[in-house]
Amino acid sequence: MNPIDVVEERYRREDVPEFGPGDIVRVHVKVVEGGRERVQPFEGTVIARQGGGTSETFTVRRVSYGVGVERTFPVHSPRIDRIEVLRRGRVRRAKLYYLRGRSGKAARIRERRREA
Amino acid sequence: MPKGILGRKLGMTQVFDADGRAWAVTVVEAGPCPVVARRTVARDGYDAVQLGFGPARPRRLTRPLLGHFRRAGVEPHRLLREIRWGEGAPAEGEVVTCAIFQPGEFVDVTGRSRGKGFAGVVKRHGAGRGPMSHGSKYHRRVGSLGGSSFPSRVFKGKPMPGHMGAERVTVKNLQIFATDPERNLLLIRGAVPGPRGAALLIRAASPRHARGKR
Repeated sequence: MNPIDVVEERYRREDVPEFGPGDIVRVHVKVVEGGRERVQPFEGTVIARQGGGTSETFTVRRVSYGVGVERTFPVHSPRIDRIEVLRRGRVRRAKLYYLRGRSGKAARIRERRREA
Repeated sequence: MPKGILGRKLGMTQVFDADGRAWAVTVVEAGPCPVVARRTVARDGYDAVQLGFGPARPRRLTRPLLGHFRRAGVEPHRLLREIRWGEGAPAEGEVVTCAIFQPGEFVDVTGRSRGKGFAGVVKRHGAGRGPMSHGSKYHRRVGSLGGSSFPSRVFKGKPMPGHMGAERVTVKNLQIFATDPERNLLLIRGAVPGPRGAALLIRAASPRHARGKR
């Protein structure tokens, strides 16, 4: 086995659910606030997954009070408490950057029925 | 120069620390390195240990080298390097492993940088380039070499194209992120010279210089 993979194994998380671009997820992020740790959810559409191995990241976009907010998380980050997949989306490309230029009805994503 | 070990660069990856921060680290296979010879002030005029690293096929070595290994009672190794260990140096026949380092310690890593071949002045010396289009014919060439009638010559050290890379490079004050004595692995924060598979010399950094860093 490739020794790099052996090293990465220790840092990889096994509890990451299957999800991809177009899906709506709720990411429970551990935040340290005034010496105290609590969990804060961040809910939105996955618009990209990038990289591989332990350095793989995904980007979640949501519109909050009229302002678009995007957060990028490492998939294997220990700071993520857990990831909930709320809805699968049917999309035809891997990177949904076109959503940035759209809002409301135009930014809808069809739901994916029947697992492919 | 204090303790050190020989190793091989395996590649880079990203790992997380206890706080969940991501770090770029280089994975280095370090040791086990037997001490093949000792240099002493009394006999050689200086003090050092000679370490061996990586198995070598006896057929591929010269008889004098084989005799050198046999004298020390160690298997033939591919790479031999001397390290000025100083105090606490291991004796001949002892084996140095990556356990000599603890996470958090600082090291200097020496290796041979990637060969870049015959490189132009833009890559080799960081010169600026001309416009690539709009009718420009001056793209990545050397600019002025200096004055004309005075001084009527090109100054020594003028940056010019030539061979780049494949030279000895030392990166100082890199921090050990983790060690894996079982697999003889060191995780070193940051990048080290050379391509994957490159031979490396890893020595403890001077404490004077490492002190200022976290």
